[in-house]
Amino acid sequence: MRKLIAHTEIEVNEEGYLTNFSQWTKEIGECIADENGICMNDRHWEVINYIHEKYNNEEPLSIRGIKKSGVINIKEFYSLFPGGPLKKATMIAGIPKPKSCI
Amino acid sequence: MSGTKVKKMLFILSKGTIENAYAAFVMANGARMEGIESEIFFTFFGLEAIQKKKLEHLRVATVGNPAMHMPTMLGGLPGVEALATKMMKKEMEKLDMPPVGEFLEILSDSGCKLWGCKLAVDMFHLEEEDLIDELDGVITIGDFYSRADQEGTHLLFI
Repeated sequence: MRKLIAHTEIEVNEEGYLTNFSQWTKEIGECIADENGICMNDRHWEVINYIHEKYNNEEPLSIRGIKKSGVINIKEFYSLFPGGPLKKATMIAGIPKPKSCI
Repeated sequence: MSGTKVKKMLFILSKGTIENAYAAFVMANGARMEGIESEIFFTFFGLEAIQKKKLEHLRVATVGNPAMHMPTMLGGLPGVEALATKMMKKEMEKLDMPPVGEFLEILSDSGCKLWGCKLAVDMFHLEEEDLIDELDGVITIGDFYSRADQEGTHLLFI
């Protein structure tokens, strides 16, 4: 379905995840974060950059991967993106929700 | 956000086999990843999973487990349990499932509370130094029930 965000029309699925990453911009990410009650700062963006890197390399995301990332530890990850960090961070990053259970 | 009514999951792990420990860990971690609170109460043989010296040596049960598709007599032979465990661990590693010790660290860092059962700790004569550093405390079952302090709390016995 279509959604108007940051003055741009984008394609999202029923959960609100972008279905076409090429439509993603930083402003769109910021608006999605805002809708989820997250105010983005430099630290958030460092995590989003890490997520984009993994996505571009087609490496799956997991909470264990976050632990090993060297970018952020799990505690901080949960505090930056409260209430389901991997789900929220990927939504903000404009990529599909991870399918992993761990 | 999903519309789940589940707000908090309380797990009681009473068994010391690797598949039961992982069931509790995956569900507790899965809850945290969905924004649901989670806590685990380790009792009886479940305590094996939080003992520093034992936690990396949990095994899969090959006897009395029909799903192993192995005759019971064979499952009891020396080395069979160790072999089955080794094979299972290899498969889990392929799926990027962390070993027990690392999984407990992940759970603790994710905000999952880990509790030891006082009765079982006393029964097995365990001391604080025998148990993992991530443990949030040793409490009674009554204390654990009091953790069910909000609507949408569920309690699961494993």
